[in-house]
Amino acid sequence: MVSSVTRLAAGLAAIAGVASLSAVEPVLAQSSVKIGYALSRTGPNAGGAAVTTLPNYEMWVKEVNAAGGLKLGDKRVPIEVVQYDDRSSAEEAAKALDRLITQDKVDFILPPWGTGLNLAVGPILNKAGYPHLASTAVTDRAPELAKRWPNSFWLLGTSSGASNTLVELLVKLRGEGKIGDTVAMVSVADGFGIDLSAAARPALTKANFKLVYDKTYPVGTQDLSPLVNEAKALNPDVFIAFSYPPDTLGITEQARIAGFNPKIFYTGVGTAFPLYKGKFGANTEGVMGIGGWSGDSAAIKDYLVRHKAASANGAEPDRWASAVTYASLQMLQQAIERVGKIDREAVIKDLQSGTFDTVIGKVKLENNLPTKHWWVGQWQGGDFYGVGPASNEGARTPIVPKPAWKAP
Amino acid sequence: MSPTHIAAVIAVGAGLVVLALLPRYADAYYLSLAISLLQFTVLATAWGLFSGPTRYVSLATTAFFGVGAYIVAVLGEVLAWPLVLLIAAAIGALMAVIVGISTLRLSGLHFVIFTFGLAELVRQLVIWYEVNKTRVLGRYVFVDITQNDIFWQLLGLAVAVFAIGWLIARSRLGFALRIIGEDETVAKHCGINVTLAKVTLFAISAVFITLVGAIMAPRWTYIEPSIAFNPTISFQVVIMALLGGAHRLWGPAVGAIPLTLLFEFLSARFPATSTLIIGVVFLLIVYALPTGVAGLWERVSRRRAAAPPVQA
Repeated sequence: MVSSVTRLAAGLAAIAGVASLSAVEPVLAQSSVKIGYALSRTGPNAGGAAVTTLPNYEMWVKEVNAAGGLKLGDKRVPIEVVQYDDRSSAEEAAKALDRLITQDKVDFILPPWGTGLNLAVGPILNKAGYPHLASTAVTDRAPELAKRWPNSFWLLGTSSGASNTLVELLVKLRGEGKIGDTVAMVSVADGFGIDLSAAARPALTKANFKLVYDKTYPVGTQDLSPLVNEAKALNPDVFIAFSYPPDTLGITEQARIAGFNPKIFYTGVGTAFPLYKGKFGANTEGVMGIGGWSGDSAAIKDYLVRHKAASANGAEPDRWASAVTYASLQMLQQAIERVGKIDREAVIKDLQSGTFDTVIGKVKLENNLPTKHWWVGQWQGGDFYGVGPASNEGARTPIVPKPAWKAP
Repeated sequence: MSPTHIAAVIAVGAGLVVLALLPRYADAYYLSLAISLLQFTVLATAWGLFSGPTRYVSLATTAFFGVGAYIVAVLGEVLAWPLVLLIAAAIGALMAVIVGISTLRLSGLHFVIFTFGLAELVRQLVIWYEVNKTRVLGRYVFVDITQNDIFWQLLGLAVAVFAIGWLIARSRLGFALRIIGEDETVAKHCGINVTLAKVTLFAISAVFITLVGAIMAPRWTYIEPSIAFNPTISFQVVIMALLGGAHRLWGPAVGAIPLTLLFEFLSARFPATSTLIIGVVFLLIVYALPTGVAGLWERVSRRRAAAPPVQA
């Protein structure tokens, strides 16, 4: 009996030891702007948050503080950060935000990563009157959510936007005689794949494309060769995969091995990641994917350099939501500085109506949504450029047909 | 009733009134914390209702919890709230009966593995249905339920789970289950319908777990299988019940409250290392307190009773 108590006490002491190793936040300086966020440091969302969200948050805070802080009226006030791990759980995210608002009394909150968590914290931020700049959520309900929560801004757009832009581009290319009308489509059986394929199916049919292959596969499928081989046997002009990062890599690898080289080869989330280029090198040439950015603009080139310099290991941003995330922080900063004091209601008003100068160009929101998105990108000469919608400023002409795979 | 009993009843009643008034005074954070505490208290107690006397370790908590949440996602905007809860309870019970009849004949370890698989099975079924039939995966829960409502419903459910647990312990069913837990073969020879008793209790426990899932769902606005069927919940509930001691009705709650507070403290103070520390805590509990706080308490009081009275 005594021994079990002793053991417990020894264990607790060990915990205290481990706990004291992790640094406690420094004592807060006077007159700072407190900015809080809860990101997924552990759990299934950790990968996405680590590539797209956290580096941008850290880089922005570092840059603002290096300049002396946020400009409130005629003085500069440094940013102080309070951060938590939401463990990729909606319940933890909700609790962490309640804690940020009522315990830490932060001045502004930066959103979590991903569609699910942004929706989970939506009502909390709305009730407490904090601006909510969701830059990593893709949902068809965005217009409705913006109406329901006027403090929320849905910067990455809707899934039907992604599918419709892709189909528009295909129609244009078919009109130019560059592709025929057979399409093979595979999609991951998770939120993203289901939403996008559900929007693409009617759009393709309406545009008179022949959908010769249409299959879904479960999240975490390891062997993707049957899908690729079946699609190859049908010899389609266009191959679309609404895939997640691990499958995006797997499908590309299988297609290369099988020598499956349709005129258009499109893969989903992950195509725009620096990791993709790292793995496939010259073989990325001509691969299309979701996302894209104006890689020729000076602002983006400068952002790329700064991002590499700011990250501990020189990591590059992804070519889609990263730049949007950074732009959302610039918007928040410009809105706060225009208001000139910590007045969240006025900042929300400014975000709704103002024009912002960001790395993705001038942004002016309409009904809390941007009017322009990059939906289709393509690897060209070692970087991933936006090609659709073709009407976007800086859109490159797509390389069609895709060049043949090279031996690695 | 003895005066001590009356005093206890008054104390419990007063305590409940104070708790029911909490949303009037607490800010959003403390309300959030109180909701967490109640959630895990009900889950762990409901888990202990079945697993305590029968000694079957169930990892199916998240299967029932997720089903409850999904029922709200599907029906929440269509039907009246009490009706939704009623349907959730009915489906939870039905599922438990089907699962119970087919698996409770299994002995210990097989049952643990099966229940762990059950959560994954239900999750995959939901995904299959959504992918192939409805063609949407994320569902939105826009119902008119405030945080205060969630708190009060959980409080009501907590009272109900303790009342039912108290009644079961004093019923023929409770007695039968204790015999089954000691030795199933003996129980059969005594003429106890072992399967019926186990399935009944499994269903009662599952109804409470399903209801917690249903009540919590409006907190998240958006539900998809990975959110609703989060396996962490199953393990947290087991460890809370084990810390408190599952063989007493009050045991799981004694584990749930300090552990919820500990998790909260760790995520607030050590956001980067909290998961690691939680893992260490899990190991310690199993190692140092195999029968939980309740077991420790019993040993202490037994020793005190056995010690010779001090001579004056």
